[in-house]
Amino acid sequence: MADAPSGNADNNAAEAFLQGGSLKHAPGPYFGSYGGRWMPESLIAALDELEETFDKAKDDPDFRAQIADLNKNYSGRPSLLTEAKRFSEHAGGVRIFLKREDLNHTGSHKINNVLGQALLAKRMGKTRVIAETGAGQHGVASATAAALMGLECVVYMGAEDCRRQALNVARMELLGATVIPVTSGSQTLKDAINDALRDWVANVHNTHYLLGTAAGAHPFPAMVRYFHEVIGEEARAQILDQAGRLPDAVCACIGGGSNAIGIFHGFLDDPSVKIYGFEAGGDGVDTGRHAATITLGKPGVLHGARSYLMQDDDGQTIESHSISAGLDYPGVGPEHSYLSDIGRVSYEPITDAEAMEAFRLLCRTEGIIPAIESSHALAGAIKVGQRLADEASAAGETAEDKIVIVNLSGRGDKDVATAAEWFDLLDKNSAESEIGKEGEQL
Amino acid sequence: MSTAQTISKSAAAIDKARAEGRAALIAYLPAGYPSVEESIAAGIAAARNGADLIEIGIPYSDPVMDGQVIQAATTEALAKGFRVSQVFDVVAGITSKTDAAVLVMTYWNPVIRMGVDEFSRRLSEAGGAGLITPDLIPDEAAEWLEASDKYGLDRVFLVAPSSTTERMQRTVDASRGFVYAVSIMGVTGARSSVSSAAKDVVAAAHAAGAERVCVGLGVSNAGQVREIAAYAEGVIVGTALVKTLGDGGVDGVAALTKDLSTGLARETGLAGEEA
Ligand SMILES: Cc1ncc(COP(=O)(O)O)c(C=O)c1O
Repeated sequence: MADAPSGNADNNAAEAFLQGGSLKHAPGPYFGSYGGRWMPESLIAALDELEETFDKAKDDPDFRAQIADLNKNYSGRPSLLTEAKRFSEHAGGVRIFLKREDLNHTGSHKINNVLGQALLAKRMGKTRVIAETGAGQHGVASATAAALMGLECVVYMGAEDCRRQALNVARMELLGATVIPVTSGSQTLKDAINDALRDWVANVHNTHYLLGTAAGAHPFPAMVRYFHEVIGEEARAQILDQAGRLPDAVCACIGGGSNAIGIFHGFLDDPSVKIYGFEAGGDGVDTGRHAATITLGKPGVLHGARSYLMQDDDGQTIESHSISAGLDYPGVGPEHSYLSDIGRVSYEPITDAEAMEAFRLLCRTEGIIPAIESSHALAGAIKVGQRLADEASAAGETAEDKIVIVNLSGRGDKDVATAAEWFDLLDKNSAESEIGKEGEQL
Repeated sequence: MSTAQTISKSAAAIDKARAEGRAALIAYLPAGYPSVEESIAAGIAAARNGADLIEIGIPYSDPVMDGQVIQAATTEALAKGFRVSQVFDVVAGITSKTDAAVLVMTYWNPVIRMGVDEFSRRLSEAGGAGLITPDLIPDEAAEWLEASDKYGLDRVFLVAPSSTTERMQRTVDASRGFVYAVSIMGVTGARSSVSSAAKDVVAAAHAAGAERVCVGLGVSNAGQVREIAAYAEGVIVGTALVKTLGDGGVDGVAALTKDLSTGLARETGLAGEEA
């Protein structure tokens, strides 16, 4: 790795992009001044091994064929691109298309990454994978891939989340995984990552850390993106096929940033396409209870990468808050920090209330129950659609001439209890009501 | 190992022990645990009872290289309101009362947040010897290399059983004061025996040109100290002292340090041949 480049690199890259250079396939370890390997020396050899294995696999036709086969015959790819005509009426009348990652096996985009990494684990001769999980989505996906490939699987999950997500814990156990409740620190997702890293240091000889998002030390951000690039590639081809042209805007929600970087990648080099990432604004960005890392954080290092980070004046990580467990993380993948700094992608916060309104709207207008994570992207698309409609009318065009793609990263079955509680649909004495009060996602 | 023109406080402390025919003892204690005052008192007690160097840890929200005992102590310090700038009070409180070299052990983000230069300046003003950086590798350390030169601070990087020859060389070259050899693949915490990997890591560091290599992680009693003193220039004890500080207070730290220091003497003729 080279020495950390200065901030000038950002400007150079932005210049290069404006002059027709490419932002796609950024290899890491650095994205401008972000990324890198802020990691204990004990793990560097494992990161090197992973990087080497990944680099070889990428160029190996057998590996690519294995991934393509799993995507098609196990996950059910390509996922559909569905035009949401009735929902569009609430977004200024622009045409909205949903990239249906919710239809993948296990119900979200997460499967793309876990299958890829589990294959790499096998190539490295590792017999055990470990993973962190917040609500349980990545844990379930990891347990799934491990079961499929005959790997031992251990999932670290905050103790409080284990209690709230009892059904997801059961799901992982049904799939043969062991779930370890994390009682250290704030007992949340970031602490689950800490405990997974501690496990990895001790067991790296036989263990691969199957990180669930496009964050962490190199090669994770570039590698996780690689496994999700299929989302953007498919979406680009599908919109050209269905609408005959590129979209005006692409929207995705940002937790660590994996579903977003996957779909963004397909459009990064198309300057006419505006790209938006929607962070969890929680109770509101002025309340302190949110997960709007890029909007309000400052650059720092956590979990192996330099990136925007929610931290106090002492550099201690601040706890994030969101109704959506999958977005409730105080960090963000380094490529997003870079894309924000160079102005290629706009990152905006969406509050819990805005997300839940969009959740309800999609249920009622399209018959699709979205994940609450993805509902942040839907809420953002409503705002973007209205802006585009205004632009269109100012230019004497019609709103239907504008096209927005939303990455529907997951389905909302897991969120039914939370939503029922939010919308006050439950009998006060029901067991679901008790669970819902705790923010459960079934 | 970079010797530059800087006089290394850590190297001087280790060399003094060597001249006395023994390994150096390095005592780890977290700043602000159980209080800022008591962490100063514990550091002084350790220094007066046989510790040649004191390693003061900065409590941090995400200590990935620490096991449960140290996590619990640093979490408690943070809950009681510990602020990063208080580490300089702890360092100054110990250096003003003892001759021990006092290093700070810190995860990197708090240093970045304060500013690497500013942090280094204040550490140097407090009489600190340098930094031990568990999640900073030389590859990412450009700013710290510069600031440590500017303020004459030691930079103690870690090497591990998993370090390749190439990385070992790079890390040894970038270090000043001593090189921290991680004895096992794992996090901090007392262990019943010293792993055989420790000796190999030390040998590899020596082969890469390191003059001073200190072994840490899992060392908790005088017998283990004796074992390591036979092949390394220093022995680092953390978890056992932190646990004792919690259970038996500053007097407990004094007693344990005294006991640990009985293992430091090199048994001439037997060096490197322990069973
Ligand atoms: C459905 C869904 N979307 C989005 C996310 C957020 O993760 P990322 O930002 O890595 O896509 C999650 C994480 O659990 C998720 O389950």
